[in-house]
Amino acid sequence: MIQYYFDWSVITRNAGALGEALLLGLGLALVSLAIGTVIGLAAAYARLSCRPWLSWPVWAYVEFIRCMPLLLLIFFVYFGLPEFNISWFDKTQSFILTLSLYAGAYMSEVFRAGLGSMPKQYVEAAKAIGLRPWQRQRYVVLPVMFRITLPAISNNLISLFKDTSLAAAIAVPELTFVARRINADTFRVMEVWLSVSALYLITAYTIATLLRLVERRYASIR
Amino acid sequence: MSDQPLLRAQGVRKSFGSVEVLKGIDLEVRQGQVVSLIGASGSGKTTFLRCVNLLEEHDAGDILLDGEPIGYRVENGRRRRLSETRVSAQRARIGMVFQQFNLFPHLTAEENVMLGLTKVLGKGKAEAREIAGHWLGRVGLEARRAHYPYQLSGGQQQRVAIARAVAMEPRLLLFDEVTSALDPELVAEVLGVMQQLAGSGMTMLVVSHEMLFVRDVSHHVVFMDGGRVAQAGPPAEVFDRPDSDRLRGFLGRFHGMFGGVRH
Ligand SMILES: Nc1ncnc2c1ncn2[C@@H]1O[C@H](COP(=O)(O)OP(=O)(O)OP(=O)(O)O)[C@@H](O)[C@H]1O
Ligand SMILES: [Mg+2]
Repeated sequence: MIQYYFDWSVITRNAGALGEALLLGLGLALVSLAIGTVIGLAAAYARLSCRPWLSWPVWAYVEFIRCMPLLLLIFFVYFGLPEFNISWFDKTQSFILTLSLYAGAYMSEVFRAGLGSMPKQYVEAAKAIGLRPWQRQRYVVLPVMFRITLPAISNNLISLFKDTSLAAAIAVPELTFVARRINADTFRVMEVWLSVSALYLITAYTIATLLRLVERRYASIR
Repeated sequence: MSDQPLLRAQGVRKSFGSVEVLKGIDLEVRQGQVVSLIGASGSGKTTFLRCVNLLEEHDAGDILLDGEPIGYRVENGRRRRLSETRVSAQRARIGMVFQQFNLFPHLTAEENVMLGLTKVLGKGKAEAREIAGHWLGRVGLEARRAHYPYQLSGGQQQRVAIARAVAMEPRLLLFDEVTSALDPELVAEVLGVMQQLAGSGMTMLVVSHEMLFVRDVSHHVVFMDGGRVAQAGPPAEVFDRPDSDRLRGFLGRFHGMFGGVRH
């Protein structure tokens, strides 16, 4: 077996770039989750609507996204849309668009289940005190639903964070892409991949732990 | 006092699918009265209350609150369903207390009471908090205002629910078997609050299987049977001179409860 000599100085020398790349990945995940939440909410209400012209296109959107590999979606948006003369975005924006649409599809399923499992009694109590329809959603249904779905939202955030590594495929300078560039420059493959893996692991685990605290704070309410 | 009853139901009918559950209910509640609905399971008591509060839409007949039809208006001799906003406004004038309490799980006791005050009645936070404090005090829960529903016993939750309904200063309060989901030792505290409310002149329409309470507190008792009003009158009359075997049979089931009170 060939002896491999570890030289960790490559990591310390590139610590700044790796840190920045990590933050970019986190940012991409959070922004996509935020946009995806809005899309998901709208889509969930549309899916539950009894108007077929509203629920059908949304159904198609959700199933299409869920059945397509994310990498293909990324290529489709980044290389495909400019073919239709839609090219106002750079590669980072293109990736955010894709990941948001992706997150939106999954979040809509989460919210649809959450809305579906909403005990009828809360809505009736809200009706009984005279809240108008949108007030019932705003002050009762949505807050309760967010608490019910918080664990699923957390899972989605962690998945999205890991999925940001796919942005490397279109040269968005997040962690995986930067790691590959350092590899190409230095050939310190083991050091770089081990460090980057540790960064993903630690960050994802930290998100999970923080979210579990948030969940515990709210779970007691139900 | 005006002659017009606060609530008047005339020939109210309601079907679920092909099953007619209410077959023409006539009933009046006057200002300041406590009217109780009794009857066997499935006789339509809950359905009627839900129609009054527009949680269900009745198919025929009228439900008038202060003379104003609930749920629709008449235009050129035809019924037009009211908009959701108008329906909400009508509901705000009728309070309802549910069997399962139905407190908002993400809000504290105080916030549960405040929500309608701020969002429906448009009161400021400070005023709403004061009103909530007042009513939570009246139901003996001043010290629990910051508790979430899951931190309260069933009896306490139901008292918060009553405070939430009364704080809106409704014209009429509906109670649907509000003690049925409670452990026996918690029933009395809730009935006590209801008795207090009745004493203070609140107009109440009560569905209950607590026959002693019904007998003591009601001005008027309505016995429902198979979606119809089978007998109605003052408690003494309904309880002591039942005019049908159905009512005698129904009351017989509570015989033990009356003990020596009956004669
Ligand atoms: N949403 C509904 N869909 C179909 N049937 C219903 C519905 N709600 C009530 N029913 C039926 O209507 C009938 C009357 O029910 P309701 O709940 O009004 O009776 P109740 O007098 O309140 O009985 P209980 O004492 O058990 O509460 C029952 O046969 C019930 O099965
Ligand atoms: Mg009932």
